[in-house]
Amino acid sequence: MDILYSVLALGGMGIVLGLLLALASRVFAVRGTRGSDAILELLPQTDCGACGFPGCAAFANELLRSPALAGECAIGGAAVAEKLSALLGAPQAKNTRQTALVRCSGGLRAKNRYQYEGLSDCSAATRIGGASPKECPYGCIGLGTCVSVCPRGAIGLVEGVAVVDHERCVCCMKCARACPKGIITAVPYYADVNVACSSLQKGAALRRMCDIGCLGCKVCEKTCVHKAIRVIDNLAEIDFDKCTGCGDCAEKCPRKLIVDAKLDRAPRMFTEEHS
Amino acid sequence: MTLQSIVTISLGAILIENFVLVRFLGICPFLGASKRPDTAFGMSMAVVFVMTAASAVTWLVDRFLLRALSLEYMRTVAFILVIAALVQFAEMFIKKYLPALHSALGIYLPLITTNCAVLGVTVLNSDHASGFIESVFFAFFAGCGFTLAIMLFASVRQRLEYCDIPAPFEGLPIALVTASLISMAFSGFSGLQLLI
Repeated sequence: MDILYSVLALGGMGIVLGLLLALASRVFAVRGTRGSDAILELLPQTDCGACGFPGCAAFANELLRSPALAGECAIGGAAVAEKLSALLGAPQAKNTRQTALVRCSGGLRAKNRYQYEGLSDCSAATRIGGASPKECPYGCIGLGTCVSVCPRGAIGLVEGVAVVDHERCVCCMKCARACPKGIITAVPYYADVNVACSSLQKGAALRRMCDIGCLGCKVCEKTCVHKAIRVIDNLAEIDFDKCTGCGDCAEKCPRKLIVDAKLDRAPRMFTEEHS
Repeated sequence: MTLQSIVTISLGAILIENFVLVRFLGICPFLGASKRPDTAFGMSMAVVFVMTAASAVTWLVDRFLLRALSLEYMRTVAFILVIAALVQFAEMFIKKYLPALHSALGIYLPLITTNCAVLGVTVLNSDHASGFIESVFFAFFAGCGFTLAIMLFASVRQRLEYCDIPAPFEGLPIALVTASLISMAFSGFSGLQLLI
């Protein structure tokens, strides 16, 4: 009898509660929260968090309130920004997608100060025998600490220097925090030209250490008709608000350090090796 | 239900027999949701809500179903069933009629369906065979005790972020050490029992 009672009591409770819940889900159904479902469909739904919100659903809800954020989706890029702006009736949002850039092009072209044979980790290498195994104290050490922290597999070592695949990069900047040299910075994804060097040394000193680094010769500064590139402390810097991506600086750069991505988007891009 | 007995229950549930720090119930959300004070607050509000509602419902189930049929040994299963259903129901209701509260409680509401602190308070009520109002008050104050503990802990943890912690202790180990220190401090309240 005991068994029967307990089975009946619990089973009955289960059935009653189940029916109540089924009923409640009908009665209290909340219909698609005012269009955020439609927005969510346009988003990549990988919940990467690069927009600064916890997941695509939260971002979709935020977009309802402030449509101006339509360009914030790093993975979606221009295509998604356009669709979102159309859906939300907002003016075309400027795409703010960014990508990490390793500001060094040295690698094998930068001379070694000594042969480093320690732990294969950049931080370890900076702690013995001075700042770096390379002659250039600013440059990429090339042991791949950034490669190992990248969650998207977007960094590779090409000819001894770390290179970011701009297509895969979502600009989480984990690499920038891991780099002991602090030479990884965020640049606009749509930047056509970049100066991938961090050396503040004078030209003559740098020339002895590296075959590609910026000498601070100011040829680019004189070439640029948009006044978008300036040499500060022996290093060319591009103001991306002014840069139109005409590529004149890349053409005139005597070291071929500045690369015009329109002609040859990152010529040393390691994806070519992978694919 | 005199004022004196309310004070007794509240002191007992919040300080002397604090659910987290003295009874060691609900340690999982205590450690999991205490990295930042605002998430800790959301969590503890959800716990207060669910504890109070659950103890009211389980009191009825306990008295009119289990005890009536002398099925006390089915208590744990029945309580879990009732609490889970109640939380689901409450979530649907809140989502429909109180969207602001829903977004404040957020994901914490469904998460604490099977929180042992919630089950613990209902089982304790059943053990003590306390009255309905007494049970609900006890559950509410137990939730307040949980809030106090997790808010204290969250604020300490936030300061820990700025401390120079030895590498082997970083993260959870130092959090556990901190929790045990707070718990030891709360053991000092056990003497209060003499006064009441």
